[in-house]
Amino acid sequence: MPQIAQISEIFASQLFWLTISFGLIFFVVGLGMVPKIQGTVDARDARIAADLATAASARETADRLEAEHRAALDKSRSEAAAVAAEAKAAAAQATETRVKAADAAAGTRIEDAMRRIAEARLSAEAEVEAVAADAAAAMVARVAGLTVDEDAARAAVKQELVRG
Amino acid sequence: MAAESGKIDPMHQFQVEPLFGQDWTVAGHSIAFTNSSLWMLITLVAVWLFMLGGMKRELVPGRWQAAVEGVTGFISNMMETNVGPAGRKFVPYVFSLFMFILFANMLGLLPVGIIPGVHPFTVTSHLTITAVLAIVSFGIVLAVGFAKHGLHFFSLFVPHGAPWWMLPILIPVEFVSFMVRPFSLALRLFVAMTAGHILLKVLAGFVINGLNAEAFWVAPVVSLPSLILMIGISALELLVAAIQAYVFALLTSLYLNDAINLH
Repeated sequence: MPQIAQISEIFASQLFWLTISFGLIFFVVGLGMVPKIQGTVDARDARIAADLATAASARETADRLEAEHRAALDKSRSEAAAVAAEAKAAAAQATETRVKAADAAAGTRIEDAMRRIAEARLSAEAEVEAVAADAAAAMVARVAGLTVDEDAARAAVKQELVRG
Repeated sequence: MAAESGKIDPMHQFQVEPLFGQDWTVAGHSIAFTNSSLWMLITLVAVWLFMLGGMKRELVPGRWQAAVEGVTGFISNMMETNVGPAGRKFVPYVFSLFMFILFANMLGLLPVGIIPGVHPFTVTSHLTITAVLAIVSFGIVLAVGFAKHGLHFFSLFVPHGAPWWMLPILIPVEFVSFMVRPFSLALRLFVAMTAGHILLKVLAGFVINGLNAEAFWVAPVVSLPSLILMIGISALELLVAAIQAYVFALLTSLYLNDAINLH
């Protein structure tokens, strides 16, 4: 086995060159390069974590904005509904008052007309009385030759008219 | 591969041969530049080149950068789950350990042997290398444990909730299991790598000797099944290469957890 047979002969050389090569690996690679590479990895991890946090907060903001927007939309919709209901009520009330006013106006006109009709009837009745009284007096004068005074004739006519 | 006599020596691949600088010495010891040193430097360059792809540091990673970040994230997750937040300090060390072992294991499996004169060499199949790595890990565990807890670190040997009269038995057992850690770390990697490579080399020897055999029926009966088995075992070896690197790093992180949090 050369490893054991040669050991005393090659030990110093092996140790010397191992010290050089492993020492260089340790100082140049282990102490020099590894921390830098680890630093790169750590920086990347930190960057990714920061990006994820930013994305999470952005999503949160978006959610919040959407909720706000939806609430505002709901609010304005309900406001619009309230305004519409109000307008409808006001319009109904206005219509009602106008109908009432028109009703009242029509009522007074009907009353007027009725009164005028009654007046006309009264005056017509009076005229009929007068004409009938005149006619009765004239008939009495023609038939009996009596002069009936106007008041008596009128009373008689009235009596007859009432009787029907 | 000692093909002169038609024999194939499966151990030859572990031979360390000086390439140049045979006369270099430090304090009387030879530090010749060997094929082992060469593959260690290749491992170093490969790890460095791989990691370079992760240094673009783009916000959206490309494939290469994602692969590098996957490996660093794998190790730092492992430290996080096994040790806790205090484990982050040890990520550079455990990462270096993991990458060095993983790349050394993988590079040792490269089929560069098809180029004449070039032999792949698996650095981690040498006890000297794995032992040094294990001792360094164990030393860090001891240093961290005593620095953090002082002599209270010895309470590691006292299992939770054990009745007092069991302690004379339990404490030696725990002590032995603690002291055996560097050996288990070093031997596991060394044995796994060595055994896998010997197995592949033995099978390769079957393929070659079967093809060279004089009887014509030997090749289809011996070489073909051996080749098919080699393909499967090569795939398995890639898995073992990754798993051994992972186990070394995982056990180091568990031992560090003991040192930091006791238990």
